[in-house]
Amino acid sequence: MTTGLMSYIYMFVLAILVGYEVITKVPSTLHTPLMSASNAIHGIVIIGAIITASQAQTTAGYVLAFVAAFFAAMNVVGGYSLTDRMLQMFRKRPGPADHDAGSGHLEEKS
Amino acid sequence: MNAVSIAVALAYLLAAAGFVVALHLMNSPATARRGSRLSWLGMIVAVAAALVSVIHDATITTTGWVVLIAGAGGGAAAGLIMARRVKMTDVPQVVSIFNAVGGGAAALVAAGGFVRLAGGDGISTRVMIATVLDVIIGPVTFSGSLIAAGKLQGWVSSAPVVFRGARLVTAALAVIGVGASCYLLAGHDSIPVLILVACAALGFGVTLAMPIGGADMPVVVALLNSFTGIAVAIAGFVIGNGALIIGGALVGASGGILTVLMAKAMNRSILGVMMGGFGTGDSGPAAGPAAGAGASIRSISAEDAAIQLAYASKVVIVPGYGLAAAQAQHEAAELAAVLADHARVFFAIHPVAGRMPGHMNVLLAEANVPYEDLKEMDAANPEFPTADVALVVGANDVTNPAARRPGNPVSGMPILNVDQARSVIVIKRSMGHGYAGMDNELYTDPKTGMFFSDAKAGLAQIIAGVKALVPS
Repeated sequence: MTTGLMSYIYMFVLAILVGYEVITKVPSTLHTPLMSASNAIHGIVIIGAIITASQAQTTAGYVLAFVAAFFAAMNVVGGYSLTDRMLQMFRKRPGPADHDAGSGHLEEKS
Repeated sequence: MNAVSIAVALAYLLAAAGFVVALHLMNSPATARRGSRLSWLGMIVAVAAALVSVIHDATITTTGWVVLIAGAGGGAAAGLIMARRVKMTDVPQVVSIFNAVGGGAAALVAAGGFVRLAGGDGISTRVMIATVLDVIIGPVTFSGSLIAAGKLQGWVSSAPVVFRGARLVTAALAVIGVGASCYLLAGHDSIPVLILVACAALGFGVTLAMPIGGADMPVVVALLNSFTGIAVAIAGFVIGNGALIIGGALVGASGGILTVLMAKAMNRSILGVMMGGFGTGDSGPAAGPAAGAGASIRSISAEDAAIQLAYASKVVIVPGYGLAAAQAQHEAAELAAVLADHARVFFAIHPVAGRMPGHMNVLLAEANVPYEDLKEMDAANPEFPTADVALVVGANDVTNPAARRPGNPVSGMPILNVDQARSVIVIKRSMGHGYAGMDNELYTDPKTGMFFSDAKAGLAQIIAGVKALVPS
């Protein structure tokens, strides 16, 4: 148990430091999409919901698994689609000659 | 470790790495969308790995599958509909709701493990500590975020709600929660006590969010986002899953940074925000122009404003909360486009403009303003001295020059140096105060013209005026 627990603590602390490094570089222009994107990332809890469902044997267990799966899926799917919806609105100024707004949009889609 | 569990573990690692790279790509609007898609891909890989692992272990019952598929399907549909339908001005509420359900899910996952093991061979100390923490943090974020969303939406009064004995209730809930937690940690795996902890935490989340005013919501939403991240990471400790630990920790860090940034930009201490009772909410009393504190202000008409703008060669637009509240982002963008024919125009955006961090940028992006024209405070401030006109739309405290002096409520708050522009036009409904509750010295500056109007209607009048003066 000790090695397992210690490696989890290592992961946790290092991930916080990595998160700190990466996120301090995000410009304030993108803070709302960032918050929505990080919101979507904590939807990873859906894996916990899957595992809970796989271990459930009792009515109480099934109810907990159902609500957990509902919440987590809402978090993941909603979070990512909202983030994407916001980010696709951030456009460059249409260039003078090389491309118009339309082609810039296409490029993003590819 | 067999081949399948190694493959599953590697898939989780891949997903976690994807999240890190995705957040890194968020450092520029040009790559942010790619980042969000990479993150989505990581999530799909992780979910696929979890399903493979569950199928391989073959412990899941048929009922388990039905429950999982029905729950996840329903939740996905609900999330998708909300994300697709929400208006951009209402994004903060929806982010808050997604945050709430994430915290709720983390608590339920921990509770699921507890319910399964209770009454059996006993729960290890590690799992017990993590479970108790999750059953506290998860419900606090769940109810706190829902109250925050309700306040943003206007279902719950956005004014600070403080009733007599509120502190007493909070303290009582804390005592119950801590006491019950200690009982569990002492090795009693009692389900009713776990439920008691969860209920106390739910109540605590409500009493935490209720006294906080609408103005402080950006800080609260960021803080609760961080809590959910931590709750998810702790759920990772409970079920022994690295992807949850890493994903949750990343979000915990991100929310924490944003909380500190927001609090700084609003000149508020995080503790002060949590104590509550500050900020008046959405619609302050709409006092007439006469409510000015005696100091002389210069009131101007839409035509005056249009003339100034039509002959300016450099214009800085400063949008604030009032613009978001009036949903005037499209008018602001149109005015910028009209002026861009003869002048240099850009938007100067304070970090707390709008209803959550960076919200104003999203609103203006929605109105097709290119992101190069959205300047952050530090980039915009050196530009004011050479600007012919600074047009302030619905922003108040973040433009108050009094912030540079000590000894008043906005002292030390980072502000936009609007007063350094050659002339200033302020569109505002009234002389009402901002959240700091003090007069804005910018409004009595001789070079400032006050145009008293709703942001949306006022901008529309100015656009018409400018168009009449500058035939395009």
